[in-house]
Order: sequence, then C-alpha cells, then structure tokens
Amino acid sequence: MISGLDPQRLTAREAKRLLVDGETTAAELVSVYLDQIERVEDRVHAYVQLTAENATRYATEIDREMGATRGALAGLPTAIKDNMVTEGVVTTCASRILENYNPVYTASAVKQIFGDHVVMLGKANMDEFAMGSSCENSAFGPTRNPWDLATVPGGSSGGSAAAVAAGEALWALGSDTGGSIRQPAALCGVVGMKPTYGAVSRYGLVAFASSLDQIGPITRSVWDCALLLKHIIGHDPRDSTSVELPFEIELPTAERLDGLRVGIPAEYLAAGIESGVRESFDATAKLVEELGGRVVEVSLPHTDHALPAYYIIAPAECSANLARFDGVRYGYRSEHASDLLEMYEHTRGEGFGAEVKRRIMIGTYALSSGYYDAYYGQAQKVRTLVKRDFDEAFAQVDVVASPTSPSVAFGLGSRTADPLAMYRSDVCTIPVNLAGLPALSIPCGLSEGLPVGFQLIGPAFSENRLLSAAHALEQALGFVEVASFHERAA
Amino acid sequence: MSAWEPVIGLEMHVELDTQTKMFCGCAVTKGEPPNTHVCPVCLAHPGALPVVNQRAVEYATRIALALGCTVQPRSVFHRKNYFYPDLPKAYQISQFDEPLAIDGHFEYWVGDERLCCRINRVHMEEDAAKLVHAGGEAGRIAGSDHSLVDFNRGGTPLIEIVGEPDIPSPAAAGEFLKQLRQLVIELGVSACIMEEGQIRWDANVSVRPAGGDELGTRTELKNMNSFRFLQQALEAEIPRQIEILEAGGAVDQETLHFDPDSGATMPLRSKEEAHDYRYFPEPDLVPIVVDPRWVEEVRAGLPELPAARIERFAEQYGLSRQDAFVLGGGSGTLARFYEDVVAAGVDAKLTANWTMGEYLAHLNETGLEPGKGHVTAGRLAALVKLVQDGTVSATGAKQVFALMVDERGEPAAIVEAHGLAQVSDAAELEAAVRKVLADNPAQVEQFKAGKEQVAGFFVGQVMKATQGRANPKLVNELVRKLLAG
Repeated sequence: MISGLDPQRLTAREAKRLLVDGETTAAELVSVYLDQIERVEDRVHAYVQLTAENATRYATEIDREMGATRGALAGLPTAIKDNMVTEGVVTTCASRILENYNPVYTASAVKQIFGDHVVMLGKANMDEFAMGSSCENSAFGPTRNPWDLATVPGGSSGGSAAAVAAGEALWALGSDTGGSIRQPAALCGVVGMKPTYGAVSRYGLVAFASSLDQIGPITRSVWDCALLLKHIIGHDPRDSTSVELPFEIELPTAERLDGLRVGIPAEYLAAGIESGVRESFDATAKLVEELGGRVVEVSLPHTDHALPAYYIIAPAECSANLARFDGVRYGYRSEHASDLLEMYEHTRGEGFGAEVKRRIMIGTYALSSGYYDAYYGQAQKVRTLVKRDFDEAFAQVDVVASPTSPSVAFGLGSRTADPLAMYRSDVCTIPVNLAGLPALSIPCGLSEGLPVGFQLIGPAFSENRLLSAAHALEQALGFVEVASFHERAA
Repeated sequence: MSAWEPVIGLEMHVELDTQTKMFCGCAVTKGEPPNTHVCPVCLAHPGALPVVNQRAVEYATRIALALGCTVQPRSVFHRKNYFYPDLPKAYQISQFDEPLAIDGHFEYWVGDERLCCRINRVHMEEDAAKLVHAGGEAGRIAGSDHSLVDFNRGGTPLIEIVGEPDIPSPAAAGEFLKQLRQLVIELGVSACIMEEGQIRWDANVSVRPAGGDELGTRTELKNMNSFRFLQQALEAEIPRQIEILEAGGAVDQETLHFDPDSGATMPLRSKEEAHDYRYFPEPDLVPIVVDPRWVEEVRAGLPELPAARIERFAEQYGLSRQDAFVLGGGSGTLARFYEDVVAAGVDAKLTANWTMGEYLAHLNETGLEPGKGHVTAGRLAALVKLVQDGTVSATGAKQVFALMVDERGEPAAIVEAHGLAQVSDAAELEAAVRKVLADNPAQVEQFKAGKEQVAGFFVGQVMKATQGRANPKLVNELVRKLLAG
C-alpha cells in the first residue's frame, strides 16, 4: 500500500499499473476517491447520487476474489452520467419527473465496463435530460466548476467533467448531443471525447435527440480516454444505429504530428471567441507545426446555419423522446388531476424544468402540420450541407482544429436569463454532432486562471487518428495544473 | 335506380402471427395474464430502443406481393405522436410517406361479378396496448373510476392495407373484407381471428351523383371488427348522407360511431379528431432496404392465391364461376380437399356438387375444418365413384353420406351393409312398377286421359317402395313402357 495518491492527478493508466503491480488495491483506490468526495462534494455537487457503500463492497470483492482473472478496468473508480440507466440504482436525468425512477436494466455501454469490473462511485449531475450547457438546469441544483466555484462546469455532462477535475472520480462517462462532453471537459480542464455516431450503443442512454446523442469518455489523459473508449464501443443488437468499428482502438503513443494536415476553419474563429481562448488556441496551433504538423485554413461555409438547424432537430426529436414521461407507468405523477388530460398536463408541467419545457414546445411546434417543411425539413437539409462541408474539408486535411468553447467557464447564473447566449456556448461543437463525426477536447492552457479546450475533429471512424494526434499534443503541452476549488468570480 | 351512388374506401389492420413483437423480443400471446409479456422496450422505459422484427417484414412483404404491390427498395419508419395510456412511448412507430409497398390491387367477387379495388399501400406498424376501464358502465372510459392497461398486446406487429375508394356498395365492402381476410389467412401470416381483434378495419364513405367522377365529402367509421356491423353502418350512413345532400346541405367530414342497438351512425366526440400527429422519421431505426432477390424469394414462396385459384378451377375443372368461387375462393383447405377428391379420378363437376352440398353442410354442422373428421377425401371420392357408376342413386348416396358420418365407414361397406345399392335389375324393377300401377288404378286412368305428369307420381311411388334404391332412369322408362302397353 502506498499513501499520498493524488486523486486529481492520478490517471487510469497509472492506477492500473499500481493495481497490477500490487502497489495499491481497488479498495484503497476507491477510498482515495471517496475521501476526496467527502472533502469537496458539498462545494462541487458533481453527483446526483453516490453509491459509496456498493463501491467499497465491490472494490473489496475485486481485491479478494478476482485476482488474475479480473477485468481490464477492474477497480477503477468511475462516475456515470445520470442519463445512463443502471439497474437497481435510481436514474433521474436530473429531473423531478424521474426523481425516484429505479431502472430495471443497465445501459449497454455501462454494462460493458461493469463487465470489465469498473467500480461505480455514483451518478453524475447534469442538465436536466442533457439539455443545457452549464449544468444549471439540474432539478437537484447546479454543479460548480472546481477551478472556480462561482463558475459553471459546462454542460450537460457538467457533473462528470467536474467529478474528474475535482478528483471525485478517476474518470467518467458522459454523453454528447451538441457538445455535452467536450464543452464541460474544456471548461473543467479535462479530456472529453464524442465518438463517431453509432460507435457506442445508445441502448439505455435516456434519449434527448436520438440522431445526435452519443456516449463517450471524460478522463484526465488522452491515453485514459482511449482505454475507456476501447471498452464501450461496438455494435449492439439492441441499438439499430450502432455499428462495429472496422478497427481496434489503439492506446496512443505518438509524440509527433509529422505530416498531419490540420485544418482551421475560419468560420469557427469568427464566432465571438474570447481573446484569452484565442491566444491559447493560437499557441497550440503553433505547437502543432512545431511537432511536424501542417496547419492550413479550411472553410466550413454553413457553420452559421448549424446552430439554428440543431435547435430545430434536437428539440423536435426530444419532443417525441420525452413524451413517454406521462405519469402512467413510472416516474412522477401529479396528484392534482381529476381526469386523464389533467394528469398529463400537471405531471409534465410539474415534472419538467423550464428549459426542457421550452425545447419540447419548440420541437412540437417545428413538427406541426404546416410548419414541418419550413422547420424540420429545412433543418435536415442544412444538416446535409454541414456534413458536406466536413466532407470537403477532409478532402484537404486529416483533422480539423478549433477552440472547443468560445469562452472559458462563465459565472453561475450569468447566462440563465438569456437562452440564446447559452446556446452559443456550443457553436464550435454542434456541427460535429450534426455530421455524426468523432471529436475530442483536450486542455491546452489557461485563460485568466480557467482552462481552455482545444478541439480536434476527424472524419467518421478516425478515432485512432484523433487520439494519436491529441496524445502528441498533450505530451508537448504538458498541462499540469489542477483545479483548486477557489471562488474567484464575482 | 337511385340518383346517388356511394363510394367506399376501406383500410384493414391485421395483427401478424409472428412469434415476437414488432420491435422487441417479447412473445406475441393471447389470453395470458396481463403484463406478463413485457420488457423495457414495449413498456417504453427510458433509454430503451426498438429493433425491427425481420419476420414481420417478411410477412408484410408476403401480403404486399399477394396484392400485386411494388415493394419499395427503401422504406422508412416514422413516429406518429399522440398521448394515450395504451401507447407507452406516446408515439406509435408506423410508416408514413415511405411505406413498405405501394400500388397494388385486389380482385374480389360479388356474386358473379368480379370487382377490383386498387390498393394504395401496405405498411407496417405496432399495435397499442389494451385498456380496461373499470367501475363505469359498458367498459367505457367516461364514468369509469379507474383504467387498467395490459401491455401484452402492445407492440404486436400490425400491418395496414389501405384501399382506394373503389368499392361501390355496402355488400361489396363486406365481400371485399371477407375475401381479403381469406387471402391473409391463406398467406399464413395471421389467423385473422375477429373476436380477438386480430383484424380491424376503418371505412370511409361518401356519396355522389350516380355516374359522377368527383368524390363527395367523406365520413369515417373507425376500428370495426364485424362484417355485419360494418355493412349495417354503411347501410345507415349512405341514406343519411343522401338525405343531407338532397335537402341541400353539406356532409361534415368527421369520424362516426355506429351504434348496433339503434342501427344509426353518430359523430364520435373524440380528441383524436383534432390530432396533428407530427410525423417525422424514426431516428432510432435505419431505413428498411430490401434486396430485390429477397423479394423474389418471398414471391416464389407464396401459395396459390384465391383469385388465381378461382380462375384455374373454372378452367381446369369446367366449373361455373360461382362454383369455382365457392370451392377455390374460400379457405385453401377446402380447395385442397376438393382437389384431393378429384385426384382420385372421379368426375370434377359431380365432385364439386358433393363438396359444396353434403360435405359443406357437414362441415357447417360439425364446425370441422375441411379435410378433418371421418369423411376423408378418399371416402368422398369413393362415394362419388359409386354415384358415377350407378351403384347407388343420388338419393341413396345421400343416405350413404349420412351413414359415413355416423358410422365412420367406407362407402362401399355401408352400401353393402345397409343394402343401399341401386336396383337396376329389369325384372325386379318391372315387378315393382306393375305393383304400383295395380295399386293406383285412378292415376292410371288419369294418365290414359292424357295427364302425362302422373308418370312422375308412379316413379316416386316406386322409389319409395324400394327405399330409394331403384335406378330412377330405368323406373321412368319402365313406367312409360307399361302404361303405354
């Protein structure tokens, strides 16, 4: 047993080595994280629910019984975003409407890593039903950014990203519909990846926008990201939109970017990027060249239309996906109803938060008879154009780079009254979901003491290329800062 | 001739007899305890996703091909959104503007007349769950104090056959549905049991000046599962519309409910009316792309269809259209039974008469399926043969048939045991005829006075005296010969 494991700096790679070499135990690892949770969780609020007792018991079991046969991820303390169902563990999607919902099955991706014997520490907080970019839309209170407790961690996977940044988990699973993994990873100074659409099964991921949702890792290093990704991908017969990747995920080793053509889309840099973010991004672009890569400008001309198209398509799908929360079979049911229609109205009126209701209404409207062509139909055409932009860019370059988020973490409450300002947080990440592409965010520096994210986007199924490039950059960047739990912003 | 003519369009919903549901692995069952065949998918638990049942696609394709439809190389599922407790996702996965198959037709018979109804499309969807409203009257939601949902049925594969408004009368509508149902049964994709709601239909009806081209405003009758009620409803609705139009009014486009007790149609005050279903492509499923070779395989596996069989029976066996329809247009089992009898080398027309006569009556009485029971094809063929070669008379054969049912024996043995063989021995018959003439001098006088019909009376008396065993042709000849002598 070794003491002094730093929960904020420990990587899965190192934890695995320590476990294999017998220098630590699963139980000790779990206790390191539970201790950190004990210390900081009341300030960060990364979790909706902790499963500390189960985690401790299971870690002990792993140490005692599994020995050499234990799974590839055995004993690694993990946070799971609360929109992935976990049998027997309440799954809320941070919504009142599912406050006491106890799932009868476990999401496929989660089941896979459970099969590799990860230890779940708890269910991570999020924006309600993954709708939001700040984690402030949780029905159970916001998560705070561990770098500055007066700022948001980003969203919607804010709890997952904050947990990893705060050392409240070794790593985490998040989900990304329009940037919900990458943007909080950027704001919390950790690594986050959205895989190619279909790479990871969505079975058991509570749907927000089915054609955009994708589960992915949030970790402290690119190598860890590759490791976790490797264990969640694959075709699932329960998800018709899932596919078998035509290759294995490689654990990255690259330290150079020789010959890599990196495209920077002018349109992304025009989109109101904060100067500190821009400086950090430019410095990283320069680093790309120093590592042997070639930076060229590319054009993604339909970028301006991506955000509006997304805010038609995602709400349209969500308006149907969330219709099942009707109070009939499970979840919250209003007591203030005297007939069926009232039961629906009150249950949903009382059960959903404001942002969820806003999107359901937008989506319902966009699909209405007489408006379908003008909104949903048109948005789908834009989606095709956005996809085509990327196809054309990838004819010239291997990857596309951009800031992950136009700004660093913003103050709690600073954008809640202005939905459009909030929506613009995802301007650099949303086109990627529309096109179904893989992308990741790595921390590339600090701006006014807060982390900046560097996004790499690749063609479909270019996960290995992205991980390899991100690994080389990560090594060269040497980003070593960790969150300090200060409260600076006014 | 009425100045108005009705135009009827029908849609038929058929639950497919697949082993599992449309989008999950739960068994399709009947009569099981409520909510015992359910899973996260068909209960619409959070995160659950649908997966298309391939067998259901095959079954739907069989129906589509049997109706002469073009199976689309690519078809798409849509979500049809509305809230109701029997619809757990609050949307039904259905098909919308890119259905499985389009542009077919269905030929059916009304008496001797062959009619054709164009088929707009065949599409796939999932059935809703079953609602039970308790504590109120007549099981209706209004006035009930609580409702229960049984999700066993929820997610059962359903196909919808949408016909064009080509049907000219309530009677034709009934025939269309009966014969279409028969086709679906033939295809082996559904038993179409109406009492269990396995098959339901919607009708739309309008009237227009006789011979007109334009369609009038239609009303709809939804979710009916009785041929009789449908016909009655149409028979009530058509005059109602004519009355409105003749009074100078306009028919409202609305959904009607038929009340079998009053025999009248009345508007259904349903929220469903105002529904905007907000169809959009189901993002959880990929389009169904069918390989043309697979379609041809399915086509090659289709059984002979009733319409083709009617043609063939008329042609091959020299049957009237009506007889060919009775034998070939109904269940395939009756057609097979008929052909099995004929295959024994007996006269096809005579066999047709016996099959449609005594044999069908026997099936109706016993509720047996064709080919089941003691009257096997082999036995009926043996009986027809006895009639054909004069061993038994037609009357005698009916007795033999009855005994075949009662005693479960071979016709020849029955004829033997009961002495039912036809008497063709001239001497024996002449003695019988002479006795009848001697016993009825008054009638003999009548005959001689020119009332020739009386000959029939003597033949009848002889048949009676011989318990039907006498060869009627010979008796007739003998009667005339002896009276003339």
